[in-house]
Amino acid sequence: MAHLSDAAVVKINEICDRYVDETTPLMMILSDIQKEYGYIPLEVQELVSKKTGISVAEIYGVVTFYSFFSLKPKGKYVVGCCLGTACYVKGAQQVIDKFSELLGIKPGETSEDGLFTLDALRCIGACGIAPAVTINGTVYPKLTVDSVPKIVAQYRNAEGGAQ
Amino acid sequence: MATVHIKIEGVPYEVEAGLTILEAAKICGYEIPSLCAFNHGECSRGSCRVCLVEATGARGLVASCVYPVAEGMEITISSPKAVEARRTSVELLLSNHNVNCQQCDKNGYCELLHVAKVTGAREGMYQGAKTPVTVDKLTPSIKRDTSKCILCGRCIERCKNAHGLSVLGFEKRGFNTIVAPAENRSFANSPCILCGQCVSVCPTGALMEVSEIDKVDAAMKAGKYVVVQTAPAVRAALGEEFGMPIGTAVTGKMAAALRRLGFKKVFDTNFGADLTIMEEANELIARMTEGGVLPMITSCSPGWVNYAEYYYGDLLPHLSSCKSPHEMFGAILKSYYCEKNGINPDDMFVVSVMPCTAKKYEKERPQLVTNGRKDVDAVLTTRELGKLIKRAGINFNKLPDEDFDYDVVGDYTGAGVIFGATGGVMEAALRTAAYKLSGEELKNVELHEVRGLEGIKEAEYNIAGNKIKVAVAHGMKNAKVLLDQIKEGTSEYQFIEIMGCPGGCVSGGGQPYVKPCFLPNEDVDILDTYRQKRADALYREDEGRPLRASHLNPQIVELYKDYLGEPNSHKAHELLHTSYAAKEKFKD
Repeated sequence: MAHLSDAAVVKINEICDRYVDETTPLMMILSDIQKEYGYIPLEVQELVSKKTGISVAEIYGVVTFYSFFSLKPKGKYVVGCCLGTACYVKGAQQVIDKFSELLGIKPGETSEDGLFTLDALRCIGACGIAPAVTINGTVYPKLTVDSVPKIVAQYRNAEGGAQ
Repeated sequence: MATVHIKIEGVPYEVEAGLTILEAAKICGYEIPSLCAFNHGECSRGSCRVCLVEATGARGLVASCVYPVAEGMEITISSPKAVEARRTSVELLLSNHNVNCQQCDKNGYCELLHVAKVTGAREGMYQGAKTPVTVDKLTPSIKRDTSKCILCGRCIERCKNAHGLSVLGFEKRGFNTIVAPAENRSFANSPCILCGQCVSVCPTGALMEVSEIDKVDAAMKAGKYVVVQTAPAVRAALGEEFGMPIGTAVTGKMAAALRRLGFKKVFDTNFGADLTIMEEANELIARMTEGGVLPMITSCSPGWVNYAEYYYGDLLPHLSSCKSPHEMFGAILKSYYCEKNGINPDDMFVVSVMPCTAKKYEKERPQLVTNGRKDVDAVLTTRELGKLIKRAGINFNKLPDEDFDYDVVGDYTGAGVIFGATGGVMEAALRTAAYKLSGEELKNVELHEVRGLEGIKEAEYNIAGNKIKVAVAHGMKNAKVLLDQIKEGTSEYQFIEIMGCPGGCVSGGGQPYVKPCFLPNEDVDILDTYRQKRADALYREDEGRPLRASHLNPQIVELYKDYLGEPNSHKAHELLHTSYAAKEKFKD
């Protein structure tokens, strides 16, 4: 098992200490760690378990129950394709399939170079511009399958034109 | 006691306020079909929906295992609405269940099959997808099969209550939910102590011991010299497999049954227990007089040893270096006994019948190999022995009482018998330590201070000017208190006994299931009393033994004179002592 850096241990202990007076601190601790690092691997869960006395299995259960928490690092660019009802009837499935094909990853996965994560979302409340995709907070409205390569290229070019 | 007036099926009752409908109904003589509910909330509380009843004042049907009784409440169990709802709940559970009951080791003790029968659930009512399945068979002790799991959460709660651990937890969500160690790992790569308490509460075949019946069959078939030894706790519970009341000692019938099963020799692990005491009492005195590491902690319970190796690696020097009794006995059988009887130790196959699933793992420890041979070759649980006896068509209840074999080894004292109850090892060790220190036998060998089910027991003895302060803990939750004292340097004890399972071996993870739905003749509080009832059976046998201290066992005396020399001698160390190593909790 990989070992955490000293700095990370200090930081996570500090996060746990923020909530020592709470009767049920777990959600708040995990939420802060998720925001700080973008994911919560088992080593971190073990540390939280040690600090709080909550078993690793229970922490793991909470992390895997809520989709907000992630066990693996997310990519630099998180591509969120809405598959809610409105987007779906407007062809979102074809859009996400195209992203999947071009990025070489399935929904929920992160590319090996760590650049992209592809997420399938269930309604982001942008039905008027369906099908909608968000990339790191930027919204791409009324996408078609044909417009996907350009978007992917744009992010790839920003990384120095690799591939 | 505050009470409330309720009616069940129109009949008025007065019951304790605060009880759930399920509990109140039970006291009033009604067995509401229920599944996930266990003792004192050891379950996920109302998740399985099998125990639905109608109750006035409630909207719709209520889960009787969580719904409290109230003044004036009228409860109906038998209405068509309630009956149909319970049946549907069971049918839904069955729709996501691997219904290969004939192959299931839990068959005969399965509570899901029981409620299916009671509610009249029909087969194949709901077809469709099934939750992805994980089967973990990596440890020698416990296997986990999620295709049998009904997500009741009893295992999680038992692990938490007994050990403060909860190695298992609910994972993922919705239809994909499973009960598993973190990351859906194997028990082998998780900090599980393999005690089997989860197995003993699991209502279905989701958690089971790993059976070694095939291994024993193969050894018999290969013409090995197969001998068997039985732990003290086994006799206190084996009768339950054959419908006897809890707390019936079946020592004589068990010996008779084992002989009829074809074992060449039928020994009692109590001989090994007496030997353990000789070594352990001497080790304690040596540590006390020569400035060794104190407090010394017993090492008979492999569940506890696993816990120490996972969670208190820095305290391992406190553990007695003594092997556990059946391992000591195995080592003696394959050396001294074989030499005496002209048997090639490579032909000998030692089977231990144990109340324990962790013993299955223990026998695989590389530290428990002597002269290139495993001290013990196979470990069967009490339940597996029950299966063997039934398979052979032996009418256990009609067997005569027979003796164990006593040639060269096998004789035992009352001190060995009580090993199976919490406090027993302590009591046995003190009986011998007192003699070793003072040269006199204890006038009263019964040390009641260390008996009983109190989580932590302590006592102080003054033996020939030596003050010995002792403590006894069972279940890791209790043990943790004593261990943290040692860590903080505040421990006042010289000697500590720790047993993995609550109640000690009598309620070990390999003992017959105590499932009230299958025990209509036991009291309603049987889940609170069975541990003591089984322990009492052992204390009764101790009372009846002519010799009650290990050092008086004539065969043990002979063994030292003839073979080992002194306790803790070089030879004794070679055969009877072991070592421990800290373990990583989550191995890659």
